[in-house]
Amino acid sequence: MGCGRVGAELAAMLDQEGHEVTILDREPDSFRRLPPGFGGQRQVGNGIDQDVLARMGVGEADAFVAVTQGDNRNVMAAQMAKHIFGVPKVVCRIYDPIREEIYHGLGLETISPTKVGARLLKEALEREPATPPKAGD
Amino acid sequence: MYIIVVGGGKVGYYLAKELVEEGHEVLVIEKDAIKVERIAENLGDITLRGDGCEAATMEMAGFGRADMVIAVTGDDEDNLVVCQVAKAKFNVPRALARINNPKNEEIFKRLGIDTTVSATTAILAQIEQELPMHPLIPLLTLKGGGLEMVEVKVPENSAVVGKRIGEILLPQQSLIALIVDEDGVPRVPKNDTVMRAGDEVVAVTRTENEDALRSVLTSPAAYGPYGPINTREQ
Repeated sequence: MGCGRVGAELAAMLDQEGHEVTILDREPDSFRRLPPGFGGQRQVGNGIDQDVLARMGVGEADAFVAVTQGDNRNVMAAQMAKHIFGVPKVVCRIYDPIREEIYHGLGLETISPTKVGARLLKEALEREPATPPKAGD
Repeated sequence: MYIIVVGGGKVGYYLAKELVEEGHEVLVIEKDAIKVERIAENLGDITLRGDGCEAATMEMAGFGRADMVIAVTGDDEDNLVVCQVAKAKFNVPRALARINNPKNEEIFKRLGIDTTVSATTAILAQIEQELPMHPLIPLLTLKGGGLEMVEVKVPENSAVVGKRIGEILLPQQSLIALIVDEDGVPRVPKNDTVMRAGDEVVAVTRTENEDALRSVLTSPAAYGPYGPINTREQ
């Protein structure tokens, strides 16, 4: 859910690995971020609308990822996927670190790019200047 | 009581006004500077400008000592998060959410927010009470009043569908005068005439029995918790 940079990249990766992927976004225009060879389904709609999720077949999904720009939308959609549609694996992006901690505490699998990004930047700063950066870091 | 209202639109404004008049300590959290100003101008210094979903703002607003939090923004996802965070992080005893999309009422309940207010649902309930679902059409008043000729359509789910007229218990001094089926073919009602869905029934009844007659001819066979049971397969 959410075809921004991260959503499009993730969907493309999973599609490449042979998974059956459906990507949802409110703006059809967002799908331009997908690579030309993307084999998954594109769906236009609001991810916090129960009927939209049902139509997408979230009930049969093995995993659901919420990566829209809105923390609260991600939180609501992820909870719907987990508690209403019973999706076994649900991951939710929450920029706000405090909100992320709260929902992590409530049992949601959460990632705060703010926290992760800051930590990576700090690690890069602390690294010895002579050491060349490792690939993938 | 210390009551925090998140969202300073029309609902938030009038809610805050009411609560202040009742003597509560009220704080309204609103992102939009113009709305904040309007509230401050009319209701005094009871606003905090900021994002009520942001934990830092909540901290500043004193969620920790709030007796009640009411989330009334126009976005259901924001109202949900405000209430969930208020309960989980700040142990607010009562968190109430406005619901904009009636579909979300059930979802909020499943996600732990039991007290919700949906304007749409409230308005619909009000209107439904005013509008009879299957109106009885008065055709003419007979003989100096008291007796009326009326027309009513038998709905698909009516309890009388498939019954013979002799079996139907009509209100006193009521009589079925004519039946016109869906194809426009009239039938003279006899005791063994079978009622069909879509039949237009012309009946004579006393004015005071109109409602009872309508009820007999249109009420569904059985009621579920949410109204008539839908017999069609989903």
